[in-house]
Amino acid sequence: MYLAVKGGEAAIDATHQLLAETRRGDPTVPEVSVTQIKEQMALLVARVMNEGALYDENLAALALKQAQGDVIEAAFLLRAYRTTLPRFGSSLPLDTTAMAIRRRISATFKDLPGGQVLGSTYDYTHRLFDFALTNSGNEAQAVTAPEPLDAVMPRVLDILGDEGLIEREEPRDSDAIPEDITRDTTTFPAGRAVRLQSLSRGDEGFLLGLAYSVQRGYGHNHPFAGEIRLGEIRVCLTPEELGFEIDIGDITITECQMITQFTGSKAVPPQFTRGYGLVFGHNERKAMSMAVVDRALKAAELGETPTFPAQQQEFVLYHCDNVEAAGFLEHLKLPHYVDFQGELELVRRMRAENSAPTKVETP
Amino acid sequence: MTPASQHDPDYNYAYLDEATKRMLRRCLLKAIAIPGYQVPFASREMPLARGWGTGGIQITAAIIGPADTLKVIDQGADDTTNAVSIRHFFARVTAVATTEETTKASLIQTRHRIPEEPLRDGQILVYQVPLPEPLRKLIPSESETRKIHAWAEYGPIYVRLYEDIAQYGHVTSTYSHPILVNDRYIASPTPIPKFDNPKMHMSPALQLFGAGREKRLYAIPPYTKVKSLDFEDYPFALQRWDEPCALCGSTSSYLDEVIINDANERMFVCSDTHYCETRRAEGHEGPQLAKAQSVRLTGCAP
Repeated sequence: MYLAVKGGEAAIDATHQLLAETRRGDPTVPEVSVTQIKEQMALLVARVMNEGALYDENLAALALKQAQGDVIEAAFLLRAYRTTLPRFGSSLPLDTTAMAIRRRISATFKDLPGGQVLGSTYDYTHRLFDFALTNSGNEAQAVTAPEPLDAVMPRVLDILGDEGLIEREEPRDSDAIPEDITRDTTTFPAGRAVRLQSLSRGDEGFLLGLAYSVQRGYGHNHPFAGEIRLGEIRVCLTPEELGFEIDIGDITITECQMITQFTGSKAVPPQFTRGYGLVFGHNERKAMSMAVVDRALKAAELGETPTFPAQQQEFVLYHCDNVEAAGFLEHLKLPHYVDFQGELELVRRMRAENSAPTKVETP
Repeated sequence: MTPASQHDPDYNYAYLDEATKRMLRRCLLKAIAIPGYQVPFASREMPLARGWGTGGIQITAAIIGPADTLKVIDQGADDTTNAVSIRHFFARVTAVATTEETTKASLIQTRHRIPEEPLRDGQILVYQVPLPEPLRKLIPSESETRKIHAWAEYGPIYVRLYEDIAQYGHVTSTYSHPILVNDRYIASPTPIPKFDNPKMHMSPALQLFGAGREKRLYAIPPYTKVKSLDFEDYPFALQRWDEPCALCGSTSSYLDEVIINDANERMFVCSDTHYCETRRAEGHEGPQLAKAQSVRLTGCAP
């Protein structure tokens, strides 16, 4: 027998307790620690920091533990927490040429100043199971390069820029105080800073799908991976009361600059155009997807007709936020019986009217 | 009624920081000054999910104070999961008194209903809004719909209503039926059933609307004209039921259909649970009250 049950307070308390028990899993298995997640699931932690829009590896690892590894739920925990943090100011622009490089590759030049630095990547691995990982006790030791890397590595796109072959990107006056999507409402057409902020914390899967759609012809713009670099970088801030720059710590970032063909328009001679991606931690797929979509979103500014989803600002920016999307989708689990009652009543009434005997016209 | 106590010291009063509350209050003042106009605001992430009332929660957080008494309803009921969750949230971060009694509440946060008990001067009704834009189903672009509101070029929405009548003989909206506020802006009443639309007209209460994900606020100040869109020859009409509430016998409230067993037997009961309980306490009895008690439908603890 089915009983219409409403969620009372006791039921909700009980479900929270059950959740805690389910999260813990089999109590005979050792509990995973936040430090273990941070150290051994670093790529996952990076994804949560990006989508959660907060650089804090410990909190991201805690979020993953609390969310049983659900990425969007973990990102949501970070977002809800960052809301409560006071805001001290904006950091100074990052100088990525001064990054302590861990990996730096270019697909457009065979060699370049500073060289190709392969770093740690799955790119050149065979995706065959390493069954040794099933057991604990794995120790691994990397070899140290014979000489250190260059302290400053020029960006590939700056090399092209010196020849005037690529779209110039210079700070505009309005860039001094960047817009902030967490403090201002997005209006359309949205500025580049707003677009990049939205993409940077957008859903990796959604951006990957959009970037892939561009590659497959839905707004084709033929991207080349001009440069991808990964490493640690100083974040600096000039507090008003001090008036000089202070170093507030290092973060790990992945930067991607895409180079894209552009045949020119009436106003602009043929040249290459740029797409830019910058994300927390090591996440090349996200940085590359972001760069391809960033370029696609420049369509209107470059005189292209924004026909395809990846080129449409409202479509991309409104729908790339997975915390918002997940919340709204899953709210369908909330009761809707009041509205459904209205629909039931209408459908029944219309069906009754349709089946009512129609008058037969007599000649 | 649960009395006020001590709020969680780990969070600022009502969760949001004071600068955010000030921003929200400024936007609310603007919204009240331009009834029905959607004011963009810098919506914050909240610890509840988007689509689960973050707009309403932010408004409530911005205006709630220690002297308030808060009521939270979802689908008209105080005891549905999300209403309980939001009431717990405010009890934790503000420690205000909470109540299920419509008349005792100074602040009522709602999803999808307006209480049956008429509201009075000084009360504030905060609506959770999923989609603030009444034209969105016709025009997906926000840039376009903002222009349409600015110019009051509301032709398309009337054409839509006309097409309904031409095709089905009815206006087929049963909830979210668009309203014209103060003879100027067309607004979404949120997905309240159209049954509730007339309660918005000249209401003594202040009505505030918050859409967290869409980042818009709007308002209907007290005693403001609210008209549900219609045509002279097809006037706005309400839902009707052929039977009274099975529990309290009310013939004037919005009823939900409840399936009571696997033989597809059903009964119709008030969606406003507090209203229904109050009537029963006053001695009103619906035709199936005794039967409902036997299947535990009256909301009483087993």
